[in-house]
Amino acid sequence: MSSLILSAATRLLLPLMLLFSLFILIRGHNEPGGGFIGGLVASASMALYAIAYDVQRARESLHINTITLIALGLLLALGSGLLPLFSGLPFLTVLWLADPVPVLGEISTAFTFDVGVYLVVVGVTLTIIFTMAEEEEN
Amino acid sequence: MLTAVLSGFILALVAPFLHRLARGFTGWLIALLPLGLFIYFAGFLDPISRGLVFTEYQMWVPSLGVNLSFLLDGLSLMMVLIITGVGALIFIYAGGYLHGDPNEGRFYSFLLIFMAAMVGLVLADNLLTLFVFWELTSISSYLLIGYKHSYADSRAAALQALFVTGTGGLVMLAGFILMGIAGGTLEISALVGQSEAIRESGFYVAILLLVGIGALTKSAQFPFHFWLPGAMTAPTPVSAYLHSATMVKAGVYLLARLTPVLSHTDEWRLIFTTVGLVTLLIGGFLSLRQTDLKRILAYSTVSSLGMLVALLGWNTKIAIEAAMLFLLVHSLYKGGLFMVAGTIDHETGTRNIHELGGLLRVMPLVALGALLAGLSMSGIPPFLGFISKEVVYEATLAYTSEDWQLGTLEGIFTLVEMIGNIIFVTVACLLFFVPFLGQQKETPRHPHRPPVSLWLGPVILGIISIILALLTELPALPDIASVYLIGPAAGVVYGEPILLSLHLIPPAVVPMLLLSIATVAGGIGLYFALPRVRRLIDALDIGERYGPERLFAQMVVGLPVFSRSVTLLTQSGYLRNYVAIIVGTLVTLGGYTFFSRVALPVLGTIDVYFYEVVLAVVILVALALIVRSSSLFFMIVALGVIGYSIALLFILYGAPDLAMTQFSIETLSVVLFVLVLYRLPNLAQLSSSRARLRDALIACSAGGLVTLLVLTITSRPLLSKLNQFFSAASYAEAHGRNIVNVILVDFRGIDTLGEITVLAIAAIGVYALLKLRTDDTIGDDTESYEDMVAVEAHAEKEKESKS
Repeated sequence: MSSLILSAATRLLLPLMLLFSLFILIRGHNEPGGGFIGGLVASASMALYAIAYDVQRARESLHINTITLIALGLLLALGSGLLPLFSGLPFLTVLWLADPVPVLGEISTAFTFDVGVYLVVVGVTLTIIFTMAEEEEN
Repeated sequence: MLTAVLSGFILALVAPFLHRLARGFTGWLIALLPLGLFIYFAGFLDPISRGLVFTEYQMWVPSLGVNLSFLLDGLSLMMVLIITGVGALIFIYAGGYLHGDPNEGRFYSFLLIFMAAMVGLVLADNLLTLFVFWELTSISSYLLIGYKHSYADSRAAALQALFVTGTGGLVMLAGFILMGIAGGTLEISALVGQSEAIRESGFYVAILLLVGIGALTKSAQFPFHFWLPGAMTAPTPVSAYLHSATMVKAGVYLLARLTPVLSHTDEWRLIFTTVGLVTLLIGGFLSLRQTDLKRILAYSTVSSLGMLVALLGWNTKIAIEAAMLFLLVHSLYKGGLFMVAGTIDHETGTRNIHELGGLLRVMPLVALGALLAGLSMSGIPPFLGFISKEVVYEATLAYTSEDWQLGTLEGIFTLVEMIGNIIFVTVACLLFFVPFLGQQKETPRHPHRPPVSLWLGPVILGIISIILALLTELPALPDIASVYLIGPAAGVVYGEPILLSLHLIPPAVVPMLLLSIATVAGGIGLYFALPRVRRLIDALDIGERYGPERLFAQMVVGLPVFSRSVTLLTQSGYLRNYVAIIVGTLVTLGGYTFFSRVALPVLGTIDVYFYEVVLAVVILVALALIVRSSSLFFMIVALGVIGYSIALLFILYGAPDLAMTQFSIETLSVVLFVLVLYRLPNLAQLSSSRARLRDALIACSAGGLVTLLVLTITSRPLLSKLNQFFSAASYAEAHGRNIVNVILVDFRGIDTLGEITVLAIAAIGVYALLKLRTDDTIGDDTESYEDMVAVEAHAEKEKESKS
């Protein structure tokens, strides 16, 4: 499927949608949003890209294997949970950075955990979509 | 001590990266860790020989009584020194043996995990902590046996070992829990004081059998012995380390550790002496018929482990001393012999004794290692093996008892020991004479002089054996074996301190010495008669054809057949059937509970807004179109309309998170559906009107029930305190105002962790189904597509359940 309008629009939309997904991810702690929804939005944007061009290009523009993405996300989430153990606190206790970081706001292990969720959701959705779409192209 | 245990795990994480830097030197480099641990623990020899014990205690799961408590006494010290000392040599050896292997880094990781787990196992004072380390050794053994995972027999052997030791471990866990109930604590050091209570608790025999099965499977005792020879498909460093020097001794260690708690009963003596002696004989006989160097060694290891178990079962003071000494001696010589066998294999490309000969000139230092180990195995002075054999004989000969029953048992025991020892001598001859002497033969690979790393281990272990033996006779120097190693270890097992004095030179011509001489003579005689004996054993064919291994093989084949028949009974493979069953169950059970317990809601007036009506109409129209349509594509788009309408409803009722999730999921589902759709055939036939009626009935009853439930719930005041709690706690405790997200990442973070793990597994499942299939049948098989859609629907459901 190749449509000039779709591919041109996608080129403009993709960065916006990805930025938006990050925005949703970051605001999640206080406003509607979070890693889950953010991850879905990001996946939708990449799916759009894959439809507008092809899966091969979508994979290349990701620069990282989707399954690696899943692994990274799981590691990050697990790591966020393990970190408090070093301070003698129970698994998954949320730790907060004393001072807020510009743009991101207050940083905690809940946030890094959410980033992990984001990565897993993106990885899982794209693994499924890309694999199926490749099956399609063959 | 905790640091000492953890250091191995930590190094395991970085080992593959280290290997990229160090290349050929990785083995030497990693060996520094076990060597460091060896030196560290050797520092405890003196205080422990003076009767001190060291403990360390860390809470782990206090609610279950599980603590990271460690205990360093004579027994654990000796084990730790064997594990780290032999470990250091094994890492050096592995560096030479695996040189150039593409997965070498991974190998070091596995081996380090094993070493750390094994150190943890022997240091653990808490039964459940011990169990965790125990299972870790089983798992790392599984990974190491299956290291060459592209070979089917390698995988099968790995699985077999895991099945046997893993099942044994679970049985043992049940025994541990019973022991905890009977003794009131899980700390082994505290259980020692409770041994009276445990023996009289009524659980005693059950505990003995359950824990016994755990120990016997791990130490490859009859009838569980068969996994050990199978495990020989592992690379030789693994066989030398796990399957002769350390892991298989874990069962023996456990029996020794629990001797003060559980022994001194007829049951103990009966079970373990019998099993041990039977294993000793079977392992010995089976070792004689083998032609593969490693399998010969494996069966003779089974035999030696049988000797250890029998000695611990016999449970007298001298038997315990003999067991501890033989444990040390066996680790020294058998580890060395395995390394020799591996080097021969590495250099010549074969381990078959019929294809080997005359290697003495090519690898004199390896031959020296084999000679030292073989002499110790045969029990010839001045090796520690000689002293050990004397003490083993003394264990059954020392007390010639008046009681004729006991006397007969002692006689049988001595006879079996002697047969076992004779076979050891024969095996030692076989391993030295055949490959190294005689004419050099044509081998698959032309042998070269092996590098230092491949002969260092056996030679050092052999020299240690001589030094330890000589020190028993040199008054000017400390008698390390008696005073620092065996004495303290045996004292722990016996329950009171033992002042041990071993001697290389027997004080007089005692019966033991005569037995020793007869043993060596018998062994050499048997060596020369071996071809005839082999034919005899082959004719009898004990063990392998009708033995437990066959039973296991049948189980492995039978289990999938059984599970397939069960699956066929319950799984039709049609998604519609599953949905019908799930929804039907929900409606029946839910409806029954609802109508039998809950009064129907009284409906008040309900305010209906215009936009609600509009959305309802849109949904109903889309629904009607789906039901009437015969085009799959159309149905999916219409389903999307319903999904978006529901998302709009969520927004109207103040659930933005839910709505956003619903929107994204809906979009992605449509994309997925469309991708699958291309491959689906057009609907060949539409369901009959009867089937439609049935489906309509199921759908309407489900919808009706849910509507009723919602009306009932909303018609009465909400009693749940969850809402209040989360509203109040969300910002105060978790610094977040979005309750939904705070619940996901904070209050119920562990659920989320579980769910993303499930998601990941689902994605890998889809990937594997589509990418890794070997037969290309999916294209024309609609049923497989249903499966695929089921997987995908599962993943979707997971996502939806999140919101």
